[in-house]
Order: sequence, then structure tokens, then C-alpha cells
Amino acid sequence: MLSIPCPHCGLRDEDEFVWGGEAHLVRPRLDCSAEEWAQYLFYRDNPKGIAFERWHHRFGCGQWFNLVRNTATHTIEMSYLIDAQRPDL
Amino acid sequence: MYRYSAATLLRQAMTDQKGWPAAWRSTSPKARYSVLIVGGGGHGLATAYYLAKNHGITDVAVLEKGWIGGGNTGRNTTVVRSNYLFPESARFYDHSVKLYEGLSRELNFNIMFSQRGMVTLAHSRHDLEAQRRWANAMRLNGVDSELLDREGVRSLAPALDFSEEARFPILGGFVQKRGGTARHDAVAWAYARAASSMGVDIIENCEVEGFEIGPEGPTAVQTSRGRIKTGAVGLAVAGNSSLLAKQLGLRLPIDSLSLQAMVTEPVKPVLDTVVLSPAAAVYVSQSDKGELVIGGGLDLYTSYGQRGNLPTAQRILAGVLTLFPSFSRLRLLRQWAGTVDVVKDSSPIFGRSPIPNVFLNCGWGTGGFKAIPGGGWCFAHTIATGEHHPLTAPFALDRFEKGALIDEAAASGIAH
Repeated sequence: MLSIPCPHCGLRDEDEFVWGGEAHLVRPRLDCSAEEWAQYLFYRDNPKGIAFERWHHRFGCGQWFNLVRNTATHTIEMSYLIDAQRPDL
Repeated sequence: MYRYSAATLLRQAMTDQKGWPAAWRSTSPKARYSVLIVGGGGHGLATAYYLAKNHGITDVAVLEKGWIGGGNTGRNTTVVRSNYLFPESARFYDHSVKLYEGLSRELNFNIMFSQRGMVTLAHSRHDLEAQRRWANAMRLNGVDSELLDREGVRSLAPALDFSEEARFPILGGFVQKRGGTARHDAVAWAYARAASSMGVDIIENCEVEGFEIGPEGPTAVQTSRGRIKTGAVGLAVAGNSSLLAKQLGLRLPIDSLSLQAMVTEPVKPVLDTVVLSPAAAVYVSQSDKGELVIGGGLDLYTSYGQRGNLPTAQRILAGVLTLFPSFSRLRLLRQWAGTVDVVKDSSPIFGRSPIPNVFLNCGWGTGGFKAIPGGGWCFAHTIATGEHHPLTAPFALDRFEKGALIDEAAASGIAH
């Protein structure tokens, strides 16, 4: 069971949350190439180790936020607000 | 190759089982191979076998970071089926099932392929309607399927909860009778043995650490056992595809997630088919040893941990006990997880990569085991000719740019 620190509610069990994929994806302009659009929609870094992710506290405050999590060890480094800059780690 | 038969079994029994030769040669890497296959699981080994058998290419090495079949090939729930919705998937997966049907004889190795049928359960009127469409689509694609009413399901799996109070009432379903299970380790060992006997080198404990790429494609691969020169590389590294691709400077449309499985203690025969409930999001079969083999949905966040987490295990077990209340007193013997490549349209990524002579066999999601013979067959074709195989051409990487997705998410059984 992951214990996930929601920036609004504090530590809660993982089954209150929904994983929302890689964070800080930047939507390209609508007149971008098909390759750029595919990169935005489908292609992911999928790192082994530190990952920057979006999570949704669906069965809690209902807010989206960002989480820094290690995908190999499941250690959670920190969480931060959805509109905050990506931290330097 | 030392042929296995009743006669050799008898002869070995007379000599105290001490005369069995190793099933495949253990070798150190040569300085150069025409083709390097990264990943010694089912797909990599099958590819090596079909390269040798169908294309006469034997200057091949399979590089495996651990031991043969120790990744997802040894972690799956051994189900083989081709009950897909779309024509592209049906054609490919049914080719794979057909190869499975002749595999024990072809490889002279008992892979224990048991076509015990795969039953999909309908628990509501909507399930019945959706499955009628699904089963009929399979027939249109030339794949066997038979619709079942409640009594039809009861005759195939009487241990299910047919009571009036059942949380998931059983209204019917459909069966693919050619579906079933196979011994997963045996599939890897059989392909390894056959490939090795035709001259393929199988190199275990050999982790790829980097690639040297020239204008014509790969020139060498750096490994934990030294530098190996080559002219072509095939990646068949389920679960680690993004990591190997990164070493090549590529990104893939893949997320790596954990898929759990578990087995109970062995009991006498109670279930002689594979039962899948999309609504309860679980599937169960019974191994020849008597263990109930249980699978379910993904742990829904990326992980390379290969262990899975408790909430998902609880959900899976709750689903199984809802369907089969009589299993509640069985003890769980083992639980584990594999890391699977999840693609947005739940179809594999297969064939040429943006780098010349580097080929991709990945993105099988939760269903790579059933695809091993077909995947090996088509991957060998792609590596030998440099062209997509007609069966796997629709699964090329460029479908994401073209928007030609094959969205099997709703048809592969469990909606993860």
C-alpha cells in the first residue's frame, strides 16, 4: 500500500488516488506536425527511478497534483501543486 | 539434438537419470554475430529459432541479462487464446495459436499445451449483447467461438456461483474451445533447445549496457560480458523496452506497469477450463499440479518493482471469491508480478524502428505469452528481410503518427 502525500489532505492510502501519467507535458500548437502531436499524445519517458507524475485525489479532495515517485523502489520523494514548476531534483 | 521420446525416457530410467545432456549449449559470446537478439524470453528465443529454421540465419546470439525465461515468460498465467475483436489482432493471434497447436511435436518438447477452452462470462444483459458481438466478430475473422447460455456455462464450470444471491449472476457467455494453457517455462526451454541445436548462441547473465550506432545501423553492442559486433539488433525485452530504447536514443509510446498473478495451494481437479469475468476483472485456471492460477487487472501506475501492491491483490482475490465462493478456504501459495509494456491502444509495437537494422518487438501489454510463436515467426521475418511481416505490419510504430490505432482495450478481456 502506497501512502501518498496529497498537498491538500496529507498522507492518504493509494486506493483514494488515480494515477494520471507523466507530468509537465506541454501541449504543442494545433498546427504542429503529426510526429509532434503523436509525441505529445502517446510517447512517454517511462523512466526506471525518479518519475514526475500527475495524480488525482479522486476519493478525497478531488484535486489534481504532482508527485515525485521512484518507479523502481516505490519511494515517494515529494508532492507539489498542479500548477507549480517542476522541482530540480 | 538429443531427441526426447518414450525410448530415451526408458533408457535414462535404466541408468538412474544420469545420462541426460544439457538442453542447450552454454557459451561465451563470440566477437561478432550477424544478428543480436536482446532478451532471452519466449519472444527472443522463438525469434532465434525461426531465424534459423525459416530463414537459414544461424549466426545469431540471444543476450539475456538474467536466465532464460526468467522475466515475463516465467511470470505470466500461461493462457493461450485468440479471442480478439479486430481483424488485424485476430489474424495475428490466431496464427500464434495455430503454431502453439503443433509446437510440442515440432520442437520435440512437451510444452503441455492443453486446449481446455477459455470461457468468458456475461453477468448482465449488456454483457450478453457485447459478447454476442464479440463472439460473432471472432467467427467473421475465422476464429472459433461458441455462445453459451447459463446452462452451457454451468456444464463447463460448475464450481461458479449459480445461486440466486450471486453478486455477479451468470447469464451466459462464450467459449473459445481452442484456447487453453501451456507450460510457460517449457515454451522458453523448447525454443532455446531447438535454436541452440541449429547453431544459435544463447548467452545468459549478459546485460546490454549500450549500443554503437553508425549510419547503416548498429555496429556493436556493449554488454556486461564485453563488446559484441553486429549488423542487426532485435529488441524483445518486455517491461524494459523504454529503457533499452533510451540507450538507442529513442522514446516509445509505452508505460511500464505491474501485472500481478498468484497461485493457491494445489487441490484436486475442480476447474478444467479457463474462466474470465470481465466484470469481476479476474481470470482463473487450474494448473496440472492442481494450483489455481489467478490473474486480474494491472496495478494502475508505472512500476519496475516486479512485485505489485496489496490493494490490487485484494481486489483480484475478492473478485475470484465472488465468482467461486468455494475457493475461500484455499491458502495462497505465491504472489508475484511482472513488468508489462502498456500501450495506449493495447496493441503491440512491432517491426522496424527509426534506426536502420534495429527492430522492435514490444508493447504486448498483459498478453505477450500467447503471442510467443507468432511474434517469433514474424520478428524473424522482419529481421531477415528488413520488411514488416503482413501479419504484424498494422502494429508498426508509425501507427501513432498516422492515427491508425488498433484499439483492442475493450476486447482483450479485462478493462484495465
